[in-house]
Parts: sequence; C-alpha cells; structure tokens
Amino acid sequence: MSSSPQPVPALEMRGITKRYPGVVANDHIDLDVRPGEIHALLGENGAGKTTLMNILYGLARPDEGQILLDGRIASITSPADAIARGISMVHQHFMLVPVLTVAENIVLGQESMAGRIFLDRGEASRTIKELAGRFGFEMDPDARVSSLSVGAQQRVEILKALYREARILVLDEPTAVLTPQETQEIFALLRRLADAGRSIVFISHKLYEVLAISDRITVIRRGKVVGSRVPAETDEEDLAQLMVGREVQLTVDRGESHPGDIVLRVNGLHARDDRGNEMVRGVDLEIRAGEILGIAGVAGNGQDELVESLIGLRTPTAGGVTLAGSDVTGSTPRQMNEGGVGFVPADRQRFGLVLSFPVADNIVLTSYHRPPYSHGVLRDDAAIERSAEKSIAAFDVRTPSADALAGTLSGGNQQKVVVAREFDRDLRLLILDQPTRGLDVGSIEFIHRQVIAKRDAGTAILLVSAELDEILEMSDRIAIMYGGRLVAVVDGPTANKNEVGLLMATGGHEPAAPAESRITPV
Amino acid sequence: MTGAATPAAPPERPWTGVGTALVVPLVSILLALVVGAVVIELSQLLTPGKGFNVWLPIEAYRAMLEGSLGSWNNIVNTLVVSTPLVLGGLSVAFGFKGGLFNIGAQGQFLMGVLGAVMVGVALRDTTPVIAIPGALIGGVVGGAIWGFIPGVLKAVSGAHEVVVTIMLNYVALSVLAAAVNGPLRVQAAPSAVTLTVGDAALPILFGRNGHTGIIIALIAVAIVGWLLYRTTFGFEVRTVGANPDAARYAGMRPRRIIVLTMSMCGMLAGLAGAIELLGITHKTTASYATSVGFDSIAVALLGRSSPIGVLLSALLFGLMRAGAGQMQIQTGIPSELVDVLQATVLFFLVANVVVKRLLVRRSRTGDTPNARPPDRYVNEAVTG
Repeated sequence: MSSSPQPVPALEMRGITKRYPGVVANDHIDLDVRPGEIHALLGENGAGKTTLMNILYGLARPDEGQILLDGRIASITSPADAIARGISMVHQHFMLVPVLTVAENIVLGQESMAGRIFLDRGEASRTIKELAGRFGFEMDPDARVSSLSVGAQQRVEILKALYREARILVLDEPTAVLTPQETQEIFALLRRLADAGRSIVFISHKLYEVLAISDRITVIRRGKVVGSRVPAETDEEDLAQLMVGREVQLTVDRGESHPGDIVLRVNGLHARDDRGNEMVRGVDLEIRAGEILGIAGVAGNGQDELVESLIGLRTPTAGGVTLAGSDVTGSTPRQMNEGGVGFVPADRQRFGLVLSFPVADNIVLTSYHRPPYSHGVLRDDAAIERSAEKSIAAFDVRTPSADALAGTLSGGNQQKVVVAREFDRDLRLLILDQPTRGLDVGSIEFIHRQVIAKRDAGTAILLVSAELDEILEMSDRIAIMYGGRLVAVVDGPTANKNEVGLLMATGGHEPAAPAESRITPV
Repeated sequence: MTGAATPAAPPERPWTGVGTALVVPLVSILLALVVGAVVIELSQLLTPGKGFNVWLPIEAYRAMLEGSLGSWNNIVNTLVVSTPLVLGGLSVAFGFKGGLFNIGAQGQFLMGVLGAVMVGVALRDTTPVIAIPGALIGGVVGGAIWGFIPGVLKAVSGAHEVVVTIMLNYVALSVLAAAVNGPLRVQAAPSAVTLTVGDAALPILFGRNGHTGIIIALIAVAIVGWLLYRTTFGFEVRTVGANPDAARYAGMRPRRIIVLTMSMCGMLAGLAGAIELLGITHKTTASYATSVGFDSIAVALLGRSSPIGVLLSALLFGLMRAGAGQMQIQTGIPSELVDVLQATVLFFLVANVVVKRLLVRRSRTGDTPNARPPDRYVNEAVTG
C-alpha cells in the first residue's frame, strides 16, 4: 500500500485554516490520504480533528486552504455534496433509525435519488448482502437495527457508506463503544476495505489502536499538524509526546495496594431498570479500604443499575448493602453522600453537572446546603467562591473563572470539576462510573493519579468502565459483570486482557473457555 | 489542554453575553412596532373613503405614549395597569426557573380574586390593619391551592403541568362563578355580585388610583430575586429546572421542589388577583374580566424569567395597555392593536431563538459538540 510510488492522493487538504471567535481551530493544516491507505488522525479532544473533518464533510467552510480530490480542487458545500463526491462519515454516535431494518437504514436518503416512488426492498437487500459478502462479513438486511449489537450497528454504518459508493471513509473514534473482540473485527474489515482501494481516515486518541491499524499517522495539536509518522518508526511514548506536547506517563505508577477493613459489602443485590427488567441479578461483592475493585463488562449488563443502587438513585428489589458495617440499603443520595461516599457518574453532563450554572455552583452541587456554603436558608456566595477557587487550583481546572458556566468548559475540564467536587474531602467509598470517558490523554493521566492518591489515602474504590484498558491498568481486583451477575473475579495486576475480554463477551458460558487457572467464580 | 502554556480561553460568543440579554428583547420590540405600523398602514388602505395618512402609525404611537405617560395621573395609571402583570409575570417566570411552564396564572389569579373577596367581605367592617393583610393572605392562599394541585399531580403521577393548569383555568372560572352566584351573592342585587371589601380596600397612595399594590409588587420583585439567587431553596429550584437528573443525584428532592415551585407560582398569581380586587374593583361579579394570566406568559418570556426583566417588560406591556385608550380616541385605531404588538413581540422573541440556534449550529466549533439536545425553544427563549 504505502510502498507504491507516490500515487495521486485520493484526498489532499492544503493549508486548511478555520478561525472561530477567539480560537484558531485549524491552522494551515495539510493532510493527504492515498488510495488504499488507512490514515490515522491523532489528537486530543479539542485539537481540531473534528473541525477538519467537518470541513471535509461540508459541515463547515474553511477560511483558507483547498481540498483536492484525486488531484482536482473541490469545493464541498454540504454533506450531500460530500456524499456525492464519494466521501462518507461514520460518526461516533450512530446515525441509525432503531425501528427500521438494516436495508431501510442503508437506503435512507438514497431512495429519492434513484427516482423511484416505491422502495425496491428486494434489490436493496441483494445489494447489501452482496456488499457485505464482498468484504467478508454477514449482514441480515431485514434485521431491525435495534436488535443488533453495537459492533453490528457500526458495520451497518460502514455498509451505508459503501452503498453510497464512498471512496473516502472517515471514522470518528470508531472503537470507543466496542469490546476488544469487536475492535479486532472492525480492524480486519477496515483493512479489507483499504486493500480494495478505499481510503480511510481514522480519527482516534488511542495510541495503540492507531499504531495497530494505520499506514500513516498525522498528529494534530491545538489546530496545527505537529508531526507525521509511520507506525514502524514510532511508538506510544513518541506519539503521546507529540499529541500532548510534553512527556506523558502513559501508565500510572500505582504501587502496591494495602487493603484494610471491608468498607462496602453487597449481598445478593437485585435491581430493575426503569422499564422493570431485572438488570442486577444477585451481585455479591466486597471492597476493602485502600483497594480498587474494577468492574469490567460490555455496556448494558447491569453496571448502571448496580451503581445507581449503591449510590441511592435506585431502590434495590432485593439484597443488602452495608457501608463500614452499617446497613445503608435504600438510602437516599444525600444520606450516602453524608456517609462519606463520593460518586463520579458516567454521564457527567446529565448527572454530574448543571451546564447552565457557573463552575462554583457545580463545585458545591452536593454540599450547598451545609455550612460553610449556607447558613440556614441563606447561601454564602463568598464561601462558595472561595472553595471553588481552591478546588479549581487544586485540580487544575482550566476555566476563565469560577463564574464561567460549566457548559463552556472542555469535556476534560468539566470532568475535573466533578472530580474536584467528589474527591476534595475525606471519603470512605468512591464510586467511579466511566471516569475518563471521552477525555484526552492528559486529563486521563491526571484523574488516574488522583484516584491512586485516594486509594493510598485509604478510600475503597469501585471503578466501572467500558474501557477495558483502564480497568486493567487501575484495578487491584477485577470483577467481570455479565447478564446482571459478577461471573468472575480476577487479580488485577496479573489479569490477561483476552481472558477478561472473552468473559465480558460471553460470561464464561461459551465453549472453549480460556485457561481457568486465575479465574475464580464468585 | 494540558500543556504548559494554556491557550487563552475562547471568549464567549458575542450573542450570548450580557449585552444581548437586552439586545434580543429590544430588537423584538422594535420589530413588533414596525409590524404594528405596517398593520396600521394596511388597515388604512383596506378601509376605503377615509383617506391615507402616511404618518398615522407615528401619531398612534405618540398618542399611546401620551395616554400612558402624558400626565402624573396617566403615569400612575400605567403603574396600576402594570402591577398585576409584574406579579403574574413573576409567577410564570418562577415556574420557568423551576423548569415548569405555568399556563395556569389565569386560574390562579381568579382564585386569588376569590380568596381576597371572601376574606375581604368577611372582614369589611373591622379595620384596615386586619382586613387588608387578611384579604391579601386569602388571595395568596387561593392562588397557592391552584398551584399546589398541578404541582402534586406532576410530582406524583407525572401529569404535565401545562395540561393540568390549562384545565384548572376553566375550573377556576366556574368556581368563581359558583361562589359569586351562591354564598357570596348580595341577595338584593339584580345580578350576581359580591359586597365590596370595605376596610380591606387598598389605600390610594398617589395620583387618582395609585394603590398600595404597586409597592407590594415592587417588594415581590425583590423577594423573588432574593429567593432565587440568595437562598438554598432558590438554588434547588433552579437546579431542578436546569437539570432534574443532576438535582436528584445531588441529593435534592425534585418532586418536593416541583410542588413547592408550583405553589409559589400560584401564590404570586393569586397575589396579583387579590391586589387587583382590593385595589381597583373592590368587588366582583360572577365573571371577572381579565387576561392578566395570559399576558403574564408574554411578560415572563420578554423578561427572560429574570425578576428585573419581568419588571421592565411588565412596565412595557402596561404602558401599551394604559395608552391604548388614548390612541383609540385620538387616531381611531382600535386598542386591540396592543394585542397585535404583544403577540408580535413574542413571535420575534421566539424567532430570534430559532435564528440564534441556526447561527450557532453553523459555527459550531471544536471537538466537543454542544451537548444540549435540540428541544424546547420556549425554555431557551426564557433563559437565553
């Protein structure tokens, strides 16, 4: 692929500049993607990757610079225009209609272009089957999208692009929602697409993925191209340094854990989701002071309901929870909070923050009713402001001031606000639900170090994450959750990624179970 | 975001700054006046045989201003007309802050009228020191009940407050009629009417009709502002309004707060009704003619739910209403033009939000897309 003598790039972006009030999102960015190449675009959140791709996809117009397709200058004015020129985008959040079938989703937006009045379902189905077969995977065109796994839904998105005869395929963080196995499958598919001559732009901030899949890597930092690499000539440290602009410690130095007394004990916990489905089906676990228990699992196996039951947002239907020896089953969030439980919710924008409030108000969101932040019914704005200034400094929250609205901060800084609020006091138990989802390397490093510090200070920590690498890196013990149960607990430092991945995907019930040596059923 | 040199934080977009908190409403008002002028010109063209006066819109607006601000008595009257709008606007605005759309200010107003007239008539021969506070409290309680009901229904069963409050507006109408036709009716009177409130009547402080209610409304503005921004209760109300999930997570009790918020809405609108009765009409017939409850929604929207904004926009609408009569007398333009102006202001206000959203979408920046779901234009019109 990359050995062919400099063919005309399928896509070339020259000197792309895009300014927004106060920021230069893209500063003379050059990018060329050859036919049959997988080109990774690596950068932190906010570096300008998405702006660049929005320009390519016709969602934004560049202030300067040109886009060339097959060597000819192209002016792309809308997504429809981009699609017509063979550019397709697979978004991080799938753009699928769940109640429609695979075939219906794929022809959506294309029907009218064929000039028909009625859908030709038969032909669409045949085309889709044929396309999927050509790239080596199976797809039932008549399956409803809502019945498909996340990985399969992503393949539908890719099929949609292929159906539209895309020659340039842009994938925005495609592996964020996948299991390791699904990630392997999508990589294999991307490679076959590239071998068939398609050009692929792969947007990511995960270093090892970029190294595994791409032919070339372009690194963007603060709107500028800061380097270009070939995987053979680089490694994760080099890429991380380019991306962040300084040396980064990729794995936290977490040292030994020194578990103390049992802080949290959960016995036979059952809980239902809002629709009445039993999602937690008898969970038993214990966490000791000064230890991190990681819960690995594919999203939707009851982790959310488990965490909500522990924190008081959901009433368990059966079972009990004790915190430091006292029964706290069915306590309210405020009781849990005042009992020394910190909680970082998975969806920071929905649960963790009020985006339309100032940072200061968000920092006291769970303690606004206590002195020193209020006296009787009166708020003490000065005390709130002082505390906020202190937390902002201690947790390195990048904000113009404590009065800035939380919604104006970047994702990483929003999460730091939540972390500052929850970490900045003595805790018995800390529950972390996807604490670093969507964050950049620098923020992840920072938060991980804070978590370890909390652990070493004797806090019991429950870490739930869909990011298996995070679980493996942080946990002293790892419990695998599948179908509402903890199907296995393994030792953290010695856990094997593939074993845990397989347990996540199958619950350990499938044939060809991995070596059982280190796996002890609960 | 983690390098040694922090990039300067992007400045707030110009149209989200404090300046535009004023610009958008002002532009809306200006455009509404232009539309009103066009309506006047068109109506001239379509009314044959009356000649055509290009300057008629200017003359009409001038007459309106004269009617509302032309003399001391006119100014006082404008304040009197604005007073129920201030309180009603606060009622709707308080609901907006709590994430609730109180369309029930009309019904709460009527229940305030009823509560005030019941207590006022009962205490009419005591002394103002007892009768006035008693009658005001009667009105506040009447309104509070009418806010409490939709609040409880929402908290317990999730019944949408918009639907419930609209229906309760009709119920209030009937309850008032039943009370005035029944227990409150003066037996000797030829038609259903109550006694006057006697000692409970609000004293006139200045001008021809400048009653004490004007002062009460100003105090209410201060109290609502203090409640919303200086107390923990106000923080809870605003949190539940901005993000009920986060409120629950933060240990607040959204259901309880919803009930309290709706009751507070009812109290404010009920107070408006009580003041209107005790300050102006002093008695009521079986139907109390008013559109204050509905105008209050416009007031709250134009005032962007801020107490000061509500005060200003109530004064604006009060000014137009108070001057409408003079305009009709001097230029022959029906006073209903004020309804056209009011509706058009709202139209542009909401249209502005739509335009703003389009602008924001076009220029969306960076790798972190705006997470706000594309919903609820009204709420955005309210909070900016």
